Amino acid sequence: MKFFSLPLRVTNTVSSIDPPAIQVRGAVKRFGSLQALGGVDLEIRQGEFFGLLGPNGAGKTTLISAMAGLSRLTEGHISIMGHDVVGDYRAARRALGVVPQELVFDPFFSVREMLRIQSGYFGLRNNDAWIDELLASLDLTAKASTNMRQLSGGMKRRVLVAQALVHRPPVIVLDEPTAGVDVELRQTLWQFVRRLNAEGHTILLTTHYLEEAEELCTRIAMLKAGQVIALDTTSAILTRFSQRALKIRVAGTATLPAQLAGHVMSFAEGLLQLRFERYAQIESMLAAVREAGFEILEIDISKPDLEQAFIEIMHREGGA
Amino acid sequence: MTAFRTLLYKENLRFWKVSFQTVGAPVLTSVLYLMIFGHVLEGRLQPLAGVSYTGFLIPGLVMMSVLQNAFANSSSSLIQSKITGNIVFVLLPPISWLEFYAAYVLAAILRGVVVGIGVWLASLLFARIGIAHPLWTLAFVLLGGAILGTLGVIAGIWADKFDQLAAFQNFLIMPLTMLSGVFYSIHSLPAFWQKASHLNPFFFMIDGFRYGVFGASDASPWLSLAIVSGAFLVLAGLCLHMLRSGYKLRG
Repeated sequence: MKFFSLPLRVTNTVSSIDPPAIQVRGAVKRFGSLQALGGVDLEIRQGEFFGLLGPNGAGKTTLISAMAGLSRLTEGHISIMGHDVVGDYRAARRALGVVPQELVFDPFFSVREMLRIQSGYFGLRNNDAWIDELLASLDLTAKASTNMRQLSGGMKRRVLVAQALVHRPPVIVLDEPTAGVDVELRQTLWQFVRRLNAEGHTILLTTHYLEEAEELCTRIAMLKAGQVIALDTTSAILTRFSQRALKIRVAGTATLPAQLAGHVMSFAEGLLQLRFERYAQIESMLAAVREAGFEILEIDISKPDLEQAFIEIMHREGGA
Repeated sequence: MTAFRTLLYKENLRFWKVSFQTVGAPVLTSVLYLMIFGHVLEGRLQPLAGVSYTGFLIPGLVMMSVLQNAFANSSSSLIQSKITGNIVFVLLPPISWLEFYAAYVLAAILRGVVVGIGVWLASLLFARIGIAHPLWTLAFVLLGGAILGTLGVIAGIWADKFDQLAAFQNFLIMPLTMLSGVFYSIHSLPAFWQKASHLNPFFFMIDGFRYGVFGASDASPWLSLAIVSGAFLVLAGLCLHMLRSGYKLRG
């Protein structure tokens, strides 16, 4: 994709008096007896790249739908750039661009027709200059007159991104945009979104690919059963929930020394896993293992990753 | 206004792009009715004094086409958008429920009128009839189209599957249109069915339209206008309430 001349800059600069890009207060959503959201509070600041994670059925899409006005909360309020999504829905929706999870399209229209129509829905006439830029940035120029039906899945996904951007929204929501997308498109899509963020757009992303969230998002909220169970910067979550582990494959039947007791994560079938905070601890740990009479066969160090943190948080909260 | 105009334009473009199916096919169906019923019944029936059977049939078929196509337009557009999921394209932008309603219903009326004119033009091959009161015909075309366009929006929002929409069309719209006096005068019916016909608002749409064409009808045009207007207001109220509450669209 060649999007390097795209003037997507959001004009207002962020200051302390600016409203949050997205504010969710006491969001409850019930479908009959099922509670999809159980009192969610969340504040996403302008300019953030924010990740919303959680297993299937955690309430991510329900929350996004409520932000976008696609569903109504049972209780609570959501505002986009300070505009209530119900009371001031016109301003709220103008401030929000949503790339839906499903690969939806209207089979009656060409790419350009679709983007013109979408512009009109947002009250914009003569938006062709901007549409041309979007088409160029998303590598769709050659497909402008092609009917939506004739596009490949990846192309349709790009049109969805373009549709979400026709009205130049300051806040962009991407609901699992890379599910089922090939590696190349995923990379180019992230490059594009990263650039939008660098130019001032607030990005809210839900994804199943945890490495994506780890790489892209500065802050993360984890949802489980309609509740926010973790909310922090990505690095703080990684430090707090996902410790470094020293994996040692040993031979011998000795007993583990008492000084390692506080570090043992697991020890089974000759594989000993020890948690540590600082690399300086490794030397003494290895010495203790050796002195206890084990023979060290193999050593590996695992770095913290979001997947491990995610699993740990989900399990921890599940047991609570 | 731009949002409303765009939605109206999109709805019109949608049916124009497949006009063979949305305009051509219903015109052909009506021509077949005219050929067959006109040929078989011409000279045997004269429901209205001074008017041939074919002449009597033409305004009925024109109005039936207006009604059926108005319903088909809004209902099929909505159910297709719901099932394919592209309904989000009109739910995400700042379009009010009133603009939403007006755009879908106006597009439905327009499709009804286009097909109605098509049937009228095709009928010139069979009989030439003048229009006694153009304003009355226009009033019933617009109100009838608006009623069926509104019913189409209601059915399109309510139905979760094509099946349910087909049931709405086949078990409600179709019988009510067929039993509305398109092909006969209700004076030719037994007393019970005459009374039953008076419970069918479609009868008053067709009869009122026929009054506009011939200056004569089964019921008073004022009564027809009152009933048709009343039906429109009730249905529009129901439909707007559904849209405002977000029924089935904004869960």
